[in-house]
Amino acid sequence: MLDALQKLGRVTLGFFQRLGRGHLFLLQIFTTIPGVLIRPRLILTQLYTVGVLTLLIILVSGLFVGLVLGLQGYNTLVDFGAEDSLGVMVALSLVRELGPVVAALLFAGRAGSALTAEIGLMKATEQLSGMEMMAVDPVQRVVTPRFLASFISLPLLAAIFSAIGIYGGYLVGVGLLGVDDGAFWGQMQDKVDLQGDVYNGIIKSIVFGFVAGWIALFEGYDAVPTAAGVSRATTRTVVHTSLAVLGLDFVLTALMFGD
Amino acid sequence: MVEIGVGLFVALGLAALFMLAMQVSNLSAVTSSDSYTLTAGFENIGGLKVRSPVTVSGVRVGRVDAIDYDDKAFEAVVTMRIYSNYNGFPEDTSASIFTAGLLGEQYIALEPGGSMENLADGDRVQLTQSALVMEQIIGQFLYSTSAGGEE
Repeated sequence: MLDALQKLGRVTLGFFQRLGRGHLFLLQIFTTIPGVLIRPRLILTQLYTVGVLTLLIILVSGLFVGLVLGLQGYNTLVDFGAEDSLGVMVALSLVRELGPVVAALLFAGRAGSALTAEIGLMKATEQLSGMEMMAVDPVQRVVTPRFLASFISLPLLAAIFSAIGIYGGYLVGVGLLGVDDGAFWGQMQDKVDLQGDVYNGIIKSIVFGFVAGWIALFEGYDAVPTAAGVSRATTRTVVHTSLAVLGLDFVLTALMFGD
Repeated sequence: MVEIGVGLFVALGLAALFMLAMQVSNLSAVTSSDSYTLTAGFENIGGLKVRSPVTVSGVRVGRVDAIDYDDKAFEAVVTMRIYSNYNGFPEDTSASIFTAGLLGEQYIALEPGGSMENLADGDRVQLTQSALVMEQIIGQFLYSTSAGGEE
């Protein structure tokens, strides 16, 4: 009985301790941003590994999501004689929801897990402690450039995802199924609002980039420095980022489109 | 190599953002500098919303900017923002609320009159026709058929 109580207390305290460590870690990242900005080279390299290498999976998935949206949307809309609205449907679902969310989920799987594994392994092989010994702040040198890179990359990746998805929908709708070209783009431009839809989608992806980077880097930095610990941390990164993105997406959607 | 990759990536991302802004959304629409406002009072606006289109002969010339209720005149006051390249509407222009298709969205259709004077910024369209509310039409129909049946 007492053991169970003790365990409960330990788990609860551990949870809050981790939560606190995570936020202190975030503060530490913020304070080191100015030091990183004067060395843009560090961010550039990370932009390559985090952003450019994720580009291919984003392009391919975006295209296929757009193709599927075009097919499914057409089959549903044609029953109501509203197939001219296909462009609106594809564009709104991509710009508002699918672009930011699916890009963030793919980002967590492709880039987030890699970040966690990399930093976890650096910790396990004591490279981070080595930097500290040389009076180099590992957060500033290793963590913050990666954080900024994911913060910059995800909005761009989400925009690319949406854009290529819309062309995918166009390909199926106009190319294969015979929706009118003018109606596709015209209705889309008519109904999609720059402020209400496009900007809100970008805000979503900025928030997701922030969260995805934060979780991935914290899990890596906080990993138990063993092989099993790093592997657990990598799994946790993908799971936690996905949950956080989907949960935040609901909150953001309720705030933005709730009225 | 790294520079080229990052440069391509950022350029592609910005191009996608630009495409979303220009091609997909209605950026070309409302900016307050090149437009003017007209108001109109309606007995019933039905399902008209802010940002609903304002058309003349089916051509979009503006958007609904605001909808208020005037509790002195007991009517809805709709403020329309008209693009300033369409500034030649006669004073006796009428405004009606129509529905696009059977279940489509509602919009305001302006119909120019024959007056020599034109409407200016902030003017009020005097001749208006309210939205047709389905329940009212059905109610009138039922009333007229039952009245006809008694005769």
